[in-house]
Amino acid sequence: MAPVGPRSGEAIFASVERVNAELFTLTYGAIVRQLLTDLEEVEEVNKQLDQMGYNIGIRLIDEFLAKSNVSRCVDFKETAEVIAKVGFKMFLGVTASVTNWDAEGTCCNIVLEDNPLVDFVELPDTCQGLYYCNILSGVIRGALEMVSMKTEVTWVRDMLRGDDVFELQVKLLKQVPEEYPYKDDE
Amino acid sequence: MQFFGGSEISPSPPAPTAAGNNAHMMYVFNRNGVCLLYREWNRPLWTLNAQQDHKLMFGLLFSLKSLTAKMDPTSAEKGNLGVPQLPGQGCSFHGFRTNTYKLSFMETPSGIKIILVTHPKTGDLRESLKYIYNLYVEYVVKNPLYTPGSPVRSDLFNTTLDQYVRGIG
Repeated sequence: MAPVGPRSGEAIFASVERVNAELFTLTYGAIVRQLLTDLEEVEEVNKQLDQMGYNIGIRLIDEFLAKSNVSRCVDFKETAEVIAKVGFKMFLGVTASVTNWDAEGTCCNIVLEDNPLVDFVELPDTCQGLYYCNILSGVIRGALEMVSMKTEVTWVRDMLRGDDVFELQVKLLKQVPEEYPYKDDE
Repeated sequence: MQFFGGSEISPSPPAPTAAGNNAHMMYVFNRNGVCLLYREWNRPLWTLNAQQDHKLMFGLLFSLKSLTAKMDPTSAEKGNLGVPQLPGQGCSFHGFRTNTYKLSFMETPSGIKIILVTHPKTGDLRESLKYIYNLYVEYVVKNPLYTPGSPVRSDLFNTTLDQYVRGIG
């Protein structure tokens, strides 16, 4: 049997190089602020943040796999647990919990009680439609796509909108089978 | 790699077992069969052009993997031979040896395949392949100028790789 990967990102988080949390938070804030100025529409900013997250996710997955030594997950349930317990810890220093599984095991919610992205943030009235942390949903979508899982990630609860936690819904749309990539045999 | 804020590669490389260059060549493929990287250190004989060679290597691994999964006596559920598998399904092999060379193979869940062809007497290289994957992450994936899915052109990566592979016993 392949060795079972870590069930917590604690050790990896301790061993990787980190940046100052405030610098990180403020930099992210500056990016969102700039996007709001450039794109003007809140909807467009949400879209752009998601796309940025996606681009991060498709690279981040390799770093995650290389450093975490996580082996293949048996099912989507395990995948979600690994994201919440190892992934979030490794990259953001917080852990999340997985709740609300549907009967088929293809849809769950990831609950973040602590979110370093939103320290010092208050949404002004003009930005009520903004999903400030939309980059995170993009990251998850991108990373999972690289391990052949098409997913849809949406925000269910958002502390900046008055909820008590951050909650992401992750829905597995389909798993893409591995196919022989060359079509023609010349 | 200080420029990209790269960290020290961890874990530190597994200690090479003997001196001397035993490696013939190395391939890195992605899931789509694109040869991201080909390095050659010692390959006296070429019978195909580079593109055919890469394709053949990828095809060999793909078929072999599907065969090994088909022959797995421990797993009850297996698809028909040649039917696409979901990632994570089936077992995988990590190397084979002929009388003239040894091929070591690693595949990550993200579809990156790393192949190292060495002298037949080299030992288990699984840790080395993991280390090469770490190098790939630090020097290629974290490089903002690299477009994912395109062939790797990084002198820095090549130099580090050459240096490391030279030490593999």
